[in-house]
Amino acid sequence: MNEQAINKDLKIVSFKGGVHPQKDGKILSKKASIQTAPLLERYQVIVSQNIGAPPKVVVSAGDEVKKGQLLAEAAGFVSVPLHSPTSGKVEGLVDIPGPMGVMTQAISILADGKDEWTELSVSIDWRNSDADTLKKRIMECGIVGMGGAAFPSHVKLSPPPDKKVDYMIINGAECEPYLTADHRVMLEEPEKVLEGAAILGRAAGVKNVVVAVEINKVDAINAMMEKAAQFNVGIVGMKVQYPQGAEKQLIYAVTRRKVPTGALPADVGCIVQNAGTAAAVAEAVNAGIPLIERVTTITGEPVVNPGNWRLRLGTPISEALKLCGGVKCEPGKLILGGPMMGFAQRSTGVSVMKNTSGILLLDKSDVTQYESSPCIRCGRCLEACPMNLQPSALSQLAEAGQYENALKYNVMDCIECGACAFACPAHRPLVQHIRRLKAEIRNRTKKEIKK
Amino acid sequence: MSEEIKKEIMLPKGEELVLSSSPHIHVTENIQSIMLKVVLAMLPALAAAIWFFGIPALLVIFWCVLFCLVLEIIWCRIAGKPASVVKDGSALVTGLLLAMNLPPVTAWWVCLLGALLAIWLGKQVFGGLGQNPFNPAAVARVGLLIALPRQLTYWIPSSGMTADAANYSEVFYAAADFTKIEQAGQVIDGITCATPLSIAQNTPKILDSGVAAADNFAAIANPESYWQYFIGNMGGSLGETSTLAILIGGIILLSFKLIRWQIPLFYLGTVAVFTGLIHLIWPGVTPPPLFHLLTGGLMLAAFFMATDMVTSPITGRGAAIFGIGLGVMTCVIRIWGGFPEGVSFSILLMNALVPLIERMAKLKPFGFRKPTPAKGA
Repeated sequence: MNEQAINKDLKIVSFKGGVHPQKDGKILSKKASIQTAPLLERYQVIVSQNIGAPPKVVVSAGDEVKKGQLLAEAAGFVSVPLHSPTSGKVEGLVDIPGPMGVMTQAISILADGKDEWTELSVSIDWRNSDADTLKKRIMECGIVGMGGAAFPSHVKLSPPPDKKVDYMIINGAECEPYLTADHRVMLEEPEKVLEGAAILGRAAGVKNVVVAVEINKVDAINAMMEKAAQFNVGIVGMKVQYPQGAEKQLIYAVTRRKVPTGALPADVGCIVQNAGTAAAVAEAVNAGIPLIERVTTITGEPVVNPGNWRLRLGTPISEALKLCGGVKCEPGKLILGGPMMGFAQRSTGVSVMKNTSGILLLDKSDVTQYESSPCIRCGRCLEACPMNLQPSALSQLAEAGQYENALKYNVMDCIECGACAFACPAHRPLVQHIRRLKAEIRNRTKKEIKK
Repeated sequence: MSEEIKKEIMLPKGEELVLSSSPHIHVTENIQSIMLKVVLAMLPALAAAIWFFGIPALLVIFWCVLFCLVLEIIWCRIAGKPASVVKDGSALVTGLLLAMNLPPVTAWWVCLLGALLAIWLGKQVFGGLGQNPFNPAAVARVGLLIALPRQLTYWIPSSGMTADAANYSEVFYAAADFTKIEQAGQVIDGITCATPLSIAQNTPKILDSGVAAADNFAAIANPESYWQYFIGNMGGSLGETSTLAILIGGIILLSFKLIRWQIPLFYLGTVAVFTGLIHLIWPGVTPPPLFHLLTGGLMLAAFFMATDMVTSPITGRGAAIFGIGLGVMTCVIRIWGGFPEGVSFSILLMNALVPLIERMAKLKPFGFRKPTPAKGA
């Protein structure tokens, strides 16, 4: 139970549908203050950390780098630069296990232990600066959506000129079970989040800036409400329901606007940015600090001391787990992100990236390896689907290989939140089937275009 | 941190980690737990059946469940499926539903035939659970009604209706000695009663709106009889008579979200409106709506039969259309048809229309807009 009462002035909103996992696991780490990880000997910074073009590496083996120095420069508009997490020597490019199960390129940096900063860009007086200056700084500091997608933030802040944007929503829902990183950031650094929110609002030329938080984080809500007025930012409470933090659902909950099929948030005048991203933006604009570390929840029943840690990019998962005392027992799964949308890993050699919101270990008893049974058409998935789709029908179409028919059931609208597969009593791999349908359809469309 | 402590730290071994696509957690609910909750919802009606019809009703329930389970196992063996399928509980539910649809005194071999129709013809030939287009219990009831009309209309009075209720179970226990079904039939024949619906069916219709027309159904449709119908003190299939017990079960079903609320609401609503209109225009043709709601198999059908997840539309709008269709068909059969009751027929007919209804009642996705042609994905 929450010790703090919900403020009566708080507006509480929600979307329609969704699920609420009874065992949400947040209790393991929500009380743990953010701790800063000690300096490691070696960091392996994955090059491709953002959606869009991977940045172009500008250092080579043997180079001396300072903390915050450019390692790779943006390669195009939808791309961001990458910076060194500490000072030391570049050992070269190495292949390490990537988050998607394939080997990926990383820049290996041997720390010199001095942790010396490079010369940082000067502070910007954001209240009196123009949008382009702010966007440029946000890009230069390598800031991406830190909630999971890692989409470059400056791109979101630059909608086509014909789209009038009037809402900046800071996503503090953290609706994924187990994760508490954003919760702790909002609670411990409310001013940073609020200032970042205000900066993002200014960069987008928007007056309405709100931070939307699920009401299972009452302490964080109260901490921000105290200071929200000085940054002219509003706070909105949201019902605890997954996927409250999904972009379209969040926009609907806060503004009652529906992002049409195939459209972007900017089409309904909204931009969404993650709460952790807002904090990083504040640091980038006020102190010129690039995104080289982030708060990550290291949690799960097998973890000895679950907690929230400030980890530098390139920290191997094995080192991160050591900070928490390792594991009590052999876990069944290692997941980057949350249990609903995170990616299962086979190796602890993967390193922390800009979007690593959580390192989650699931107990063997919690690892669900079911044999699925036939659909009994109970309708649980229809109720759970936040997009009002019919996962049961789509899943059967996937099994039958009827990709064209799946389009009639609007398969491309699926946001892959996994609420359907979570809720299915027959344990059918619903969202997995839908992913397959989407991939097949995309493939076919590509082939047709080639013809 | 000293070296010794560092060495003690245990880290996950990669080889044992499970790789799979998200989501990584699931509800604990499964098909078996859903079926057991349905059984729980049936208990009030089953208890009412035993209360009103005694040991014979219990025997019918026993036979139906036993045969359904055994036939399910036999089919699985023959079809090469694991016999453990029976643990999903669906055959148990079908067995109980079948019993609820049979007269309180039914011979064991009729139960066996019913189970064959339900489990094999109604469900397994289509591929088992989830694949059957028709409600298995309705298939069995209709099949039996056509094949064995005499056995399926042995209506006995409920314990509350007989003059000497004390003798009741003794008399019927003797009657229920099914090894001597012929004698039993004779014994029962001596004391069968008519169901309210069959009385309504046999009452000559008066096609005007005079006083005689208004009084045409007074004997079976009055406040006192309504109360008896509500608690279940009337002749009928063993699980269908007590509206009260079925409503309690209905609340259980709704609270566990095991049925789509649109089906009972629109089914019952349509019957009320339809019979209300007919009664208003020609009071001598059919009794008032309340009579229709409280008698026959309507309540059982509205909450337990038509709502079968597998054979009803999955969307809310589809369920509403389904309910309205059921209501209209039931009324047409009851008022103008050759049978006093029409719910089982209505269910089978509407089951056949489910794929069509679902095409009409597809959900519109969140943020739906008419697709613009030729848009690259």
